[in-house]
This record gives sequence, C-alpha cells and structure tokens, in this order.
Amino acid sequence: MAERPEDLNLPNAVITRIIKEALPDGVNVSKEARRAISQAASVFVLYATSCANNFAMKAKRKTLNAGDVLAAMEEMEFERFLEPLREALEVYKKGQRGKKEVSEQKRKDKEKKVDSENDKSREEEDEEEERMEEDAEAENEADDEEVEN
Amino acid sequence: DEFHEVSPNKCKSHRGISLPISRVRLIMKSSPDVSSINQDALFLTTKATELFVQHLALSSFNNGSGKETNTLSYSDLANTAEETETFQFLTDILPKKILARDYLKSLEQMQEEDGDF
Repeated sequence: MAERPEDLNLPNAVITRIIKEALPDGVNVSKEARRAISQAASVFVLYATSCANNFAMKAKRKTLNAGDVLAAMEEMEFERFLEPLREALEVYKKGQRGKKEVSEQKRKDKEKKVDSENDKSREEEDEEEERMEEDAEAENEADDEEVEN
Repeated sequence: DEFHEVSPNKCKSHRGISLPISRVRLIMKSSPDVSSINQDALFLTTKATELFVQHLALSSFNNGSGKETNTLSYSDLANTAEETETFQFLTDILPKKILARDYLKSLEQMQEEDGDF
C-alpha cells in the first residue's frame, strides 16, 4: 500500500490548536511556521519511534511498549515530558479499564435478558447463550490483542 | 480500536489527547524494523508529540524576535533548531533561509577564492 505524503502529516487544525494553547493569548502564528511545526512533529514521531524501537530490540521484544517510549524520551533529552506523560498514562489506563467493565456489564445484561424470555424453548435459550459466550470470548481476545501490523 | 479524546478548552495541563492516534500509528509504522506497537506506547507517543509541539512553539517564540511583532515566524523556529541542542534533529527540515542575493554573493566569493580552472 503506497503512502501518500499527506498521510504522514498530522491534521493542521489540531496542530494549530495545540500551538495556540501553548503560546500567550493573542500571539499570531504564520502559516509557514504552522506548517513547519507540523512537519517537525512528524519527524519527532519517527525519531521517537526509532529510538524506542532500539530499546525494544535490545530487550529482544518485537512489540514497542510504554517503557520503551519513556526511555526514548529520556534518550532524546526530553526529560521534562516524563512526568506529564506518566500522569497522562495513568488516566488513560483507568479509562481503558472502565471501558472494559462497561462492555462486560453489557454482556451480563444481555444474558439476563435471555434468561427472562420464558416463551423460548430451553434448546433455543441454550444455543443463544453459547453464541453469546463465544462473542464475549472473542471480545476479550480482541481487548487483549496488541495493535496488529 | 482508536482512543480519541477531545481536549477541554484551553486546559494546558489536561491529561487527554487531541491528536488522532490512528495517524500517529501510521507514521510510527512507516519506521523500518518496527513490528508492533502496544496501545499504551501508542498513547504515550501521541501525547509526547503534543508536548513536543507546545515545547517547540513556546521555546521558539521566547527565543525569537517575534516578541516585538507578537508573531511566531518560520525564522524563529529555524533559529531555535540551530541554537538548541534538543531541537538539533530538526535542522534538516527547518533550514535557515538566506536571501538569494546573499547566496549569490557568497557563491561569487567562493569562485574568486578557488581561482579559474
């Protein structure tokens, strides 16, 4: 699959918003500066990825993990990012756990609903429960799966 | 699965992210030798990129001449990249610009020094 150049760029609107949030109120940013920062951000991602990947390879792992990225930041001398990154990761992980609980709760609610449908024959009910268990298993597998290639 | 959270208004210390994880993943995957990336690493890289954008913009503005004009310009960025160690990996993509006439002048000077062949 060929990658068009624009695919490796980050969305301009978001980049502009982040720049504006960082600068004092009322400061203008030239179009050229905005474009340059966006490109710099893409280069940053590549540099960080390459650096993090070195740590993963050293540890004989094929999957980049959080530790690799943090180690990369230190290597690149962006220690100032470490604290905010760790905090943000905590919040993110809590959110992810919450999502998993929500989807599990939905599954439980589904099962309750099936149990209470009395007009269905027992056979049909058993079949349906089996199918839902398979779905739930598949869902759990999907959650545990790492980002695929 | 994508995790995309809209940031609260102007909250500089918010813990979420604004950049789309999917796009960051695309860039990461274009790096050679990278097989797979776990979800936490993806999130951290996205967040780090946002912090980087803020850091580059603010450093360049503080460092540059934009304070008089109240504008962040390209040359502020190019200067900062050259002068600041942590931004030196950017010098190739943020080259300083010179006026055409200055470049031609320096070309002439080089030719004079080399002499005729």
